Amino acid sequence: MSSVTVDARNLLCPMPVIRTQDALAGLQAGDVAVVLCTDPGVVHDIPAWCRVHGHEVSNIDQQDDLITVTVRVGNSA
Amino acid sequence: MTRQIKAVALISGGLDSLLAARVVMEQGVHVEGINFYTGFCVEGHTHAIRKKDRDRPKRNNALWSAEQLGIKLHIVDIIDEYKDVVINPKHGYGSNLNPCLDCKIFMVNKAREWIEANGFDFIITGEVVGQRPMSQRKDTLPVIARDSGAGERLVRPLCAQNLPATLAETEGWLDREKLYGFNGRSRKPQIALARQFGFEDFAQPAGGCCFLTDKQYSVKLADLWSTRGTREYDLDDIMLLKVGRHLRPRPHFKLIVGREEGENRFLEGYRKRFINIIPTSHSGPLVLLDGEAGVDDIELAARLTARFSQGRDAQQVTVSVNRPEGETESLEVVPIPSEEIPEAWYV
Ligand code: SF4
Repeated sequence: MSSVTVDARNLLCPMPVIRTQDALAGLQAGDVAVVLCTDPGVVHDIPAWCRVHGHEVSNIDQQDDLITVTVRVGNSA
Repeated sequence: MTRQIKAVALISGGLDSLLAARVVMEQGVHVEGINFYTGFCVEGHTHAIRKKDRDRPKRNNALWSAEQLGIKLHIVDIIDEYKDVVINPKHGYGSNLNPCLDCKIFMVNKAREWIEANGFDFIITGEVVGQRPMSQRKDTLPVIARDSGAGERLVRPLCAQNLPATLAETEGWLDREKLYGFNGRSRKPQIALARQFGFEDFAQPAGGCCFLTDKQYSVKLADLWSTRGTREYDLDDIMLLKVGRHLRPRPHFKLIVGREEGENRFLEGYRKRFINIIPTSHSGPLVLLDGEAGVDDIELAARLTARFSQGRDAQQVTVSVNRPEGETESLEVVPIPSEEIPEAWYV
C-alpha cells in the first residue's frame, strides 16, 4: 500500500478535484492520497467525486484555512 | 455474449445534459460522464470566494448530475488548450465574448479523443435544435458533428428525431423511437421529462455554462486585452476578473478592490505578484495594482484605497504600499472624494 500527498492549496474547485483524480489514476485499490486544500468547496466536491468513482474519503481535517482530505482508493479504480 | 455498448456524455451540470445521459442509460448503454474545466466555468468560484455566498450550500452541478445518474464523472482540465478557442474563434463570438460554436466543436472533439482512447462507442450531448442562438441551430449542429470529427458518433438524444440517424441508431444500439424530438427555446418538455425521471432541484443556468456569456465579465476581459495590447491570459487573470471591484484610473494600470472579507482573503494569495495596498489606520480592502505605476500613480491608488476604507470621510488615512519583492512604504493620504471618481474608471 502506498500513500501520496497532493498539494492543491490555493487552487479553487474543481482544480483540487482534478488533482485528486490525476493522482489516483496512478494508484492501486487500498492506496491512500492525502490532499491539502484551502478552498472550502472541497469538503463537498472531493467526497462527491469519490462517491461516483467508488473511492472512500476516510478523513477530513480542517485547521484554520488548511483542509486535509484523505482518500482511500476503491476497488473499481 | 453481446458486447456492452458504452457512451460518454458531456455533463455541464445543467438539466439538458442530465436528461440526455439518462435517456441513453434507459436503453441499456453503459454511460460515463465527462466535464471540461475551461477556467471560465461558473461552478462554485464566487461561492468559494465571497463570504456572503458561503452560507449557501455549494455544489458542483456536474458532480451532482453524475450522482443523480449514478455514473462516473471524469473532469478534464482544458485551461491551456482552450485559450485558442477564446482568443481566435473561427466562428466568432456570441453576444458577449462567448465563442459557443467553437467551444462546442472543441469539447466534442476532446470527447471524441477520449472515446477513442478508452474504447467507448459514441458521444452524448444535451443539445436541442433551436435552443441557443449560436451553437444549437439546425445549421450549426451538423457543423459541430463534422468539425469535431465525431460525425455519426455524436448523439443528441433530446432532439435526435429531428436529425439524421446516427451510428448508434443504424447499428441498433439505440431505438430511435425512444429518443426525443424536442426543438426550440421552450423548456417545458425538459421539465416534464425531468419530472418523469424523478429529478428535482436541478440547475437551470440562465445565460449559459460560463462567465463568457456575462456582459460585465466580457467587458473586463476585453479591457484586459486592449490595455495589454495582446489577447492573452493566464488562469490567474481570468480568476481575478471574477473578484472585486475593478477600476482603471489610467490606461497603464488598474486596481482590484476587495469588496468583503472573503474577497480580501482571496486577493491575499496574489500579494507576491502585484503591488498591493492596505489601509493601516482604518479597516478596509486589500487592493491589488495590476500594471505599471509611477509615484503619482501610487499616490492616486492609495487615495482610492482610502476611499474604499472605513476612513473614507477622515482627513487622512494611512496605507501601506507593498511591493511584490517585499519592499514596504507607509503613505498618509487624503481619501479621494467620490465625485472625483469618474464613472468611466469602473471597468
Ligand atoms: S456558454 Fe461558455 S462553456 Fe457554454 S458553449 Fe458557450 S462558450 Fe462554451
